[in-house]
Amino acid sequence: MSDITLAVGASTTRTLTLTLFVVLVAATLAITIWASRQTKSAADFYAGGRSFTGFQNGMAIGGDYMSAASFLGIAGIIALNGYDGFLYSIGFLVAWLVALLLVAELMRNSGRYTMADVLAFRMRQAPVRTAGSISTIIVSIFYLLAQMVGAGALVALLLGIKAGDTFLGMSAETAKIVTIALIGVLMIVYVTVGGMKGTTYVQIVKAFMLMLGALLLTLMVFAAFKFNLSSLLGEAAAKSGRTPPESFLQPGLRYGRDIAGNATATLASKLDLISLGLALVLGTAGLPHILIRFYTVPDSKAARKSVVWAIGIIGVFYLMTLALGFGAAALVGRQAILAQDPGGNTAAPQLAEALGKRYLGGDFGGSLLLAIIAAVAFATILAVVAGLTLASSSSLAHDLYANVIKRGQTTERQEVVVARYSAFVIGAVAIVLGIFARNLNVAFLVALAFAIAASANLPAILFSLFWKKFNTRGATWGIYAGLLSAVGIVLLSPIAWGGVSDARTPATLTAAQAKTCGVEQTSKQVSNATALFSCTTAAPIPLENPGLISIPIGFIFAAIGAITSKERNPDKYAELEARSLTGAGAH
Amino acid sequence: MSTETPVPTGTGDNRYVSVANTPEFAALRRALRRFVFPVSAAFLVWYALYVLLSAYARDFMSTKVVGHVNIALIFGLLQFVSTFLIAWLYTRYADRRVDPLADELRAKIEGSPE
Repeated sequence: MSDITLAVGASTTRTLTLTLFVVLVAATLAITIWASRQTKSAADFYAGGRSFTGFQNGMAIGGDYMSAASFLGIAGIIALNGYDGFLYSIGFLVAWLVALLLVAELMRNSGRYTMADVLAFRMRQAPVRTAGSISTIIVSIFYLLAQMVGAGALVALLLGIKAGDTFLGMSAETAKIVTIALIGVLMIVYVTVGGMKGTTYVQIVKAFMLMLGALLLTLMVFAAFKFNLSSLLGEAAAKSGRTPPESFLQPGLRYGRDIAGNATATLASKLDLISLGLALVLGTAGLPHILIRFYTVPDSKAARKSVVWAIGIIGVFYLMTLALGFGAAALVGRQAILAQDPGGNTAAPQLAEALGKRYLGGDFGGSLLLAIIAAVAFATILAVVAGLTLASSSSLAHDLYANVIKRGQTTERQEVVVARYSAFVIGAVAIVLGIFARNLNVAFLVALAFAIAASANLPAILFSLFWKKFNTRGATWGIYAGLLSAVGIVLLSPIAWGGVSDARTPATLTAAQAKTCGVEQTSKQVSNATALFSCTTAAPIPLENPGLISIPIGFIFAAIGAITSKERNPDKYAELEARSLTGAGAH
Repeated sequence: MSTETPVPTGTGDNRYVSVANTPEFAALRRALRRFVFPVSAAFLVWYALYVLLSAYARDFMSTKVVGHVNIALIFGLLQFVSTFLIAWLYTRYADRRVDPLADELRAKIEGSPE
């Protein structure tokens, strides 16, 4: 069991996995073509005709939001680091209350197709839409890149292609490139052909598959422990390889670590945890691909219902990942997971294989369940990347092209044509960047996307919905300051510079890492061997998560910009308020 | 609503502005803000408390309650419970207290001028 695909012969699993992949791709393409027949107007393309029900949109939000990072990533973090993975899921869930209480309904009533619509309502179109569009595209591209690079590595792992091994004549490296290109092409097709309608149905299908797959595994995990939560936890702790075992069930193994004898490093680690928590909880309501989902329902009541459904679906899903993570720790074991992937991303698929063997009749059952979960993971990636591509191409076409370059002098038809070309360009850029970055550690890009959303987008959105004196300068200063500070801090952080400092302790290096960094394996100079620029130079800022600094910067600059500018338009704000609160005149 | 202000007679965008300046609209704004602002502050403080305890009160969080179930796990599960609860309470509040006011004003804005 130490190797996912060794047991039955990799061939059974590969055949099953590939068959399911092909079925899945065929099914989603069929849906997309069907959706394309109903996509005629701009509202169809950008907002799925605004005809989805609250429940459908709630499922699609779940499909858009629960990325491979949250399915495989969180299960993996829990399987390897125990409790700390839970901190992630809680931040991801609580964040939805910001969207429910402060953003979703008001945005649905006052906007049309993009995030910047709401900002541009009472401000000068060109500067605000440009800022909103830049921020939308950067957040989406970062998130997209993390998904695509992750997908490349994941599919190679799921098909059991390792370094030196080949599959259909492809090495692991070629398989990664092919996967990234294939996912890129599929997302371009979903978006250009199916528009928002096609993308939404792909997300709904994915959410069903993901929930069913996770439910099946969760029930099996609990069955294995006779539905006794305490004995599952006890077994997970015992097999975690941690001393004392109970520390596996407590916070602190990964985030906010207590580093003995080093107060500075301990402080940096705790501030990093708080910074991450802040970005997670405030980032969701500023993610453009999530915000545009509120436009797909007929009115604000349906938007409210869809967020409530999303909270239910996402909450139940994260509770299940807790069972999957602890289940993988207990039933697969730390060593077996690490042997397959040091990042732990294969913990859930390995758990599926172990459970399949146990409950579905031996080796074939193991291969079958593994293949099913691999297909679910693939569907997960496809749905998320399609949502991201749609958000960024909508903003490029509707904000930049139609309203900034053409100053509103364009037809709906032209705008949709441009949106389709934009999806093609963004998809192509993502494929190229993904292939170049395929061996970099880009997992930090998801947290960075959340931090930018919280620092750049959220202040501008909240102030424009609730603050009468807010204006163009406030919005642009807030967006650019939040964006630049979040990105700038990461460029000065241990993610970019991996050297040891007062706040960063030496890491244990593998032989390969020592070689990459150009140091002896026993060297004590390296804190992060996967740093982007240098693994021996110390980072000027010891935080990996910029939120703690960049979120206040975003809010403060938005406020200062608004106060120092003389632009005031009380009538426009009165109109925005009347529209956003009553839903009158909503698109 | 016995003290209704007269239907604004303006057309187009003016109707929004005139409705936005009525006492009924102020009541709608108050009804919404009275719920969403305090509740947002409350759940953010409650979440911050959880994160801070996870960072700084490890001994407390590690206290076992039943078998291997400790306070950290219960606290985390309570964050789920409070999130579900707030979503439910907000829906109930909005249905009863906000939507009727909003619907009435919306009809006023969109209604025919005569």
